[in-house]
Amino acid sequence: MILGIARRTAIFLVSVLAASIAVFLFMAVLPGDPAQVALGINATPELIARTRAEFGTDRPLTTQYFDWIGGVLTGDFGRSYVTRDLIGPQLADRLGVTLWLVGAAMVIAVVIAVPLGSFAAVRHRKVSGTVISGASQLGVAVPAFLAGILLVQVFAVQWRLLPSGGWTPPNQDFGEFLRGLVLPALALGLVQGAVLTRYVRSAVLDTLREDYLRTARAKGLMPGQALVRHGLRNAAVPVVTVLGLQLTTLLIGAVVVERVFVLPGLGSMLLDAVAARDLLTVQGIVLVLVIAALLVNFLVDLLYTVIDPRLRRS
Amino acid sequence: MSVLTVHGLNVSAGDAELVRDVSFTIGKGERVGLIGESGSGKSVTASAVMGLLSEELTASGSITLNGKQIVGMPERQLSRLRGRDMSMVFQEPMTALNPAMQVGKQVAEVMSLHRTQPDRRSARAAAVDLLGRVRLPDPQRAAKSYPHQLSGGQRQRVMLAIALANNPSLLICDEPTTALDVTVQAQILDLILANTNDSALLFITHDLAVVATVCERVLVMYNGRIVESGLVRDVFTAPEHRYTRQLLASSDLEATDENGRLRTVSHD
Repeated sequence: MILGIARRTAIFLVSVLAASIAVFLFMAVLPGDPAQVALGINATPELIARTRAEFGTDRPLTTQYFDWIGGVLTGDFGRSYVTRDLIGPQLADRLGVTLWLVGAAMVIAVVIAVPLGSFAAVRHRKVSGTVISGASQLGVAVPAFLAGILLVQVFAVQWRLLPSGGWTPPNQDFGEFLRGLVLPALALGLVQGAVLTRYVRSAVLDTLREDYLRTARAKGLMPGQALVRHGLRNAAVPVVTVLGLQLTTLLIGAVVVERVFVLPGLGSMLLDAVAARDLLTVQGIVLVLVIAALLVNFLVDLLYTVIDPRLRRS
Repeated sequence: MSVLTVHGLNVSAGDAELVRDVSFTIGKGERVGLIGESGSGKSVTASAVMGLLSEELTASGSITLNGKQIVGMPERQLSRLRGRDMSMVFQEPMTALNPAMQVGKQVAEVMSLHRTQPDRRSARAAAVDLLGRVRLPDPQRAAKSYPHQLSGGQRQRVMLAIALANNPSLLICDEPTTALDVTVQAQILDLILANTNDSALLFITHDLAVVATVCERVLVMYNGRIVESGLVRDVFTAPEHRYTRQLLASSDLEATDENGRLRTVSHD
């Protein structure tokens, strides 16, 4: 068990290292000199040379890489070529917004999907089960931004209960922060919940057919008890897989909802940086995203071994 | 008074009748074999007795366990009988246990559930005792292992420990040794015999030798009906029904037909 965790941790760290090199090289081979881009086409060669020296892009690639990655390890992602601001603090702020949004959305999705999906599986031959299946199918088809616009229409415009957009940091005014988070998290969470409901339903349905559930009934457990005590844990493995994938996708995928609700998230920052050809900022964001994806995979792997003893290495 | 009385039992799936007019009784301490080929309705009869028929099957007629009517009994009351007054060992030990739970817990659960042990700790201790009773080596350690760490025979011992935990008045074994190799089969049969002195035993199999070892009486099922019943000695020496005769002839590995092949059961 301990050995397994150590092995996975090592794999994770090596992957992060490899990813950082890949991201750096990819940005380095892209055409377009950052100094040239920053100064425009009328800049003199002397000015460009001076700017290159200032950016450090005139040094050998290995020096640039170690300088960059050394900074990243201390939270210094360098200065933007375009705005000359420090990238690190802004990245941290943006990541925070996205993590709150995606985290809240995933909690909503799980809270919806686990009971609904299980119920739909248990009653799959009955009307109520079919209705839930149909409703989740419909939910899958609704894009999150449309859900967002509808929610704004009802809760912000007509009933004036919640703000239609904007962001208040939690340490500034926690009540206002929560009010602002509700609608975007719902827009994202409802749609992801609908997707997840389908996976929970099919995982639970598979589990219901297992012999050990019949054993549980033969012991004297009621059908619901048997499912909760013996079924859900076994159904959790495929659901955790999907949950991990959803989480990874949403870190960038939330950008659409971030735009609808005017939230300063990571996705918006990436789009803006790409549009401004702010290469060093793009490089920083992409690195953070790749690390986040690797981290989610790492955690999902660990969760597997917690859930299913057969996956533990002895 | 008999422990189990089945009278005029019918089980149907829509229009198809799987079990027709089945009647038999099993008394205290009596061991009854139920034999017949696959699809003859043996397992469906057992599921009806446990009240565990799948949703699309309906039972009619009468099944009483210690005088209580099982057919039509509400689920909650049925669940109080299952695992306490009647229990069942299934054919496939590889999949019958929860892969994500230590086997000791799975044995202890059936006792805590029916409150036959005062608390969790004594249920755990009783589970270890039971695992020893079904002759699992090092029961302390076995209790902490997961099903995938045990062999098929060991898993079937665990199933037997679960089934015997609350001293049920009726034990149903549905082909408990079919999936096991021959040496393990004999050990499991010995265990069943040694631990069911007071219980009524309904033993389903299509292995006639097993019936001859384990049971006193035998019921022969064919096409959803019981076509012959009686003491094992009488049925096996003087079978009355054509199907029973064919079944016995086909299990005789020395006799061959005119083509020199082993005898089989004909369906016409």
